[in-house]
Amino acid sequence: MKREIHAEWTKLRTLPGTGWVLLAIPVLTVALGVAAGAATTCASARCNHDAVKLALTGVQLSQVVVAVLAVLAITGEHTTGLIRTTFTAMPRRFTVLGAKAAVLAGPTLVAAIAGVLGSVLAGRLILPGRGFTPAHGYPLLSLTDGLVLRAAAGSVLYLTLIAVLCLGVAAIVRDSAAAMGVVLGLFYLFPILIHLVSDPDWQRLLFRISPTNAGLAIQSSMNLDLLPIGPWPGLGVLAAWAAAALLAGGLLVRLRDV
Amino acid sequence: MTGLLRGEWTKFRTVRGWVLGMALAVLITVLLGVFTASGSHSSCSGPEGDVCPALPVGPEGLAVNDRFSFAHQPLAGDGSVTARVASLTGIITYPPPDHDKIVPGVVPWAKAGIMIKESVRPGSAYAAMMLTGGHGARMQHNYEHDVAGSREARWLRLTRSGDTITGAESADGTHWTTVSTVRLTGLQKNALMGLFVASPCDLTVTQGDLGGTIGKCRLTQATAVFDHVSLAGNPWTYDDLGGHTGAPALSQGTFRESGGTFTMSGSGDVGPYGIEGGQIVERTLSGAYTGLIVVIVVAVMFITAEYRRGLIRTTLLASPRRGRVLVAKSLVIGVVTFVVGLIAAVIAVPLCSRILRANGNQLLPVSTSTELRVVAGTAALLAVAAVLALAIGALIRRSAVAVITAIAVIVVPHVLTTASVLPAELSQWLLRVTPAAAFAIQQSIPEYSQVEGHYVPQMGYYPLAPWAGFAVLCAYALLALGLAVLLLRRRDA
Repeated sequence: MKREIHAEWTKLRTLPGTGWVLLAIPVLTVALGVAAGAATTCASARCNHDAVKLALTGVQLSQVVVAVLAVLAITGEHTTGLIRTTFTAMPRRFTVLGAKAAVLAGPTLVAAIAGVLGSVLAGRLILPGRGFTPAHGYPLLSLTDGLVLRAAAGSVLYLTLIAVLCLGVAAIVRDSAAAMGVVLGLFYLFPILIHLVSDPDWQRLLFRISPTNAGLAIQSSMNLDLLPIGPWPGLGVLAAWAAAALLAGGLLVRLRDV
Repeated sequence: MTGLLRGEWTKFRTVRGWVLGMALAVLITVLLGVFTASGSHSSCSGPEGDVCPALPVGPEGLAVNDRFSFAHQPLAGDGSVTARVASLTGIITYPPPDHDKIVPGVVPWAKAGIMIKESVRPGSAYAAMMLTGGHGARMQHNYEHDVAGSREARWLRLTRSGDTITGAESADGTHWTTVSTVRLTGLQKNALMGLFVASPCDLTVTQGDLGGTIGKCRLTQATAVFDHVSLAGNPWTYDDLGGHTGAPALSQGTFRESGGTFTMSGSGDVGPYGIEGGQIVERTLSGAYTGLIVVIVVAVMFITAEYRRGLIRTTLLASPRRGRVLVAKSLVIGVVTFVVGLIAAVIAVPLCSRILRANGNQLLPVSTSTELRVVAGTAALLAVAAVLALAIGALIRRSAVAVITAIAVIVVPHVLTTASVLPAELSQWLLRVTPAAAFAIQQSIPEYSQVEGHYVPQMGYYPLAPWAGFAVLCAYALLALGLAVLLLRRRDA
């Protein structure tokens, strides 16, 4: 496993685009968080905005960048034919995929931590000026607050799990364009369906099985009892999706010719 | 150029994955429409059982509100009615911030004035001069049309001549100004004229518990005192139009006469019906955005596959005028996608409409031209988005990054704004400046300035007009295509 991880790390590290993509993760996370904060005002104690969720809105955008990184990590090899060399050098294909997942998770985790910390800091600076004051029931965002810490740590885990999910999908689909389409369809299909279906039972069911909706329940800091799924079980749903995708990808990689 | 087009068409139709992809786009669009239609139920408990009462339909074919207090006299042929609105007061139930009491107040679009109406049938033609709670004197007719008068007027007059009706206003009862002259096509000789009062519900928008905003409309009632009424002396008939027994007392109107002064109270509204509470035709095309993801993938691959396989060198060798190659590719992908989108829309709209109706939903009626615009516009939206995706593919040349860029600019803003994870202000800004603005072409029920509504993208109201939104996407596509042509000429392939 050590050999595989070393090889995969060298490949990821030496790709020219990796650095830029990794940089884009924190930049976009903070940028959308700032935009969302600046566009929202809390006029009274009853404004019912979830300040923590608002500050971490950027995760919804940076997950797309995480998807690019994850998908390219595997489809890039199929495009260039390098995958044949890889599997010749390291015939334990399942292990190779595992190593890829591990190698991908590391940098994603670091970039996600930077983005999430930046978002919390930006929220701390911007939100009080937009009416999110202690007088309206919003203490200053701080990682010592258990709810904020859960949302922040959860968002980092969320992005990391998204990377693993995308890697699994890419291993199944193999073509980069098609993999991107499948991954993004998966991200945004459920939110739209939940919005469009008017039956509340269907809405709750869709929310519970959706990788993005259930996964992002971890960001909630208020109205927790109204969530169709709890914060940690929600993240568990995403973890299940990621594990299933990686397992299916691994099996297919073993069974198929390259 | 013909040869080029044929060449590109051959490339497209001989790649099985792309043709299957386009078929998949149709399938996904239709299936998602069917799924959402099947998951949308609506039922009402009322005197007719579980069936919701039908919305009145106005003379121009749109669903309308026609609920107000009306004291009327017959009008045979030409005639005129004059009245002074001495006062307009009202009550608002459970307004913000505490939503806990009933307070005096007049909502901005509370209306009191005079009206000539074809009959008491809901949805029948009318023209009215009125004073409003906060928007001065207005002349409105046939639910959709609204002309502003002055803010000082207290006296109102309507004059009928055949099927034209002239509305006039005055501050003192001697100097009259015409506000507008309208035609009520096909107005019968025997119509009604009289006094009316309406008071639409008071809209409060709150932040939803799980994101998004929720609009709640609370009951209001307006009371107007009329004097100097030109019809005084004749017998009046009073109707609480559109009211039903068992409704809250405050929603029922009253009419009282004493010594030439008339006091009338009323609730409800006479005007166009918004999206709220009804199903709209574009809901049946809600799957289009997922179809769009597939279309984007195919359109991007249509160009990036050439780079990957080195075919681009052969293509450019065969036709050295590189700009034309890209134009031919755009034409092929644009036309193919338009046809695909049209097929999907033509299947999805009638099929899902039928399912929605079978589930007890009331589909808001729209004019044929609007329905055509929604159907053809969806196909055009897919086609132009495909061209934009192709141009992005030509610019970036790497399929994954190109697909993600195209989806991030076209689909993601739409999802984030309509599925209501973003604050409403940011949503509206995004739907003005990103290519996702083009989804406005699907909006079938317009925003009315004379109705206080919950006009946010989440409800289906886009910040730009349908064609303006579509133009934003076209501008992006043209810009990207121009840039792609420029770069294709400059760069080595």
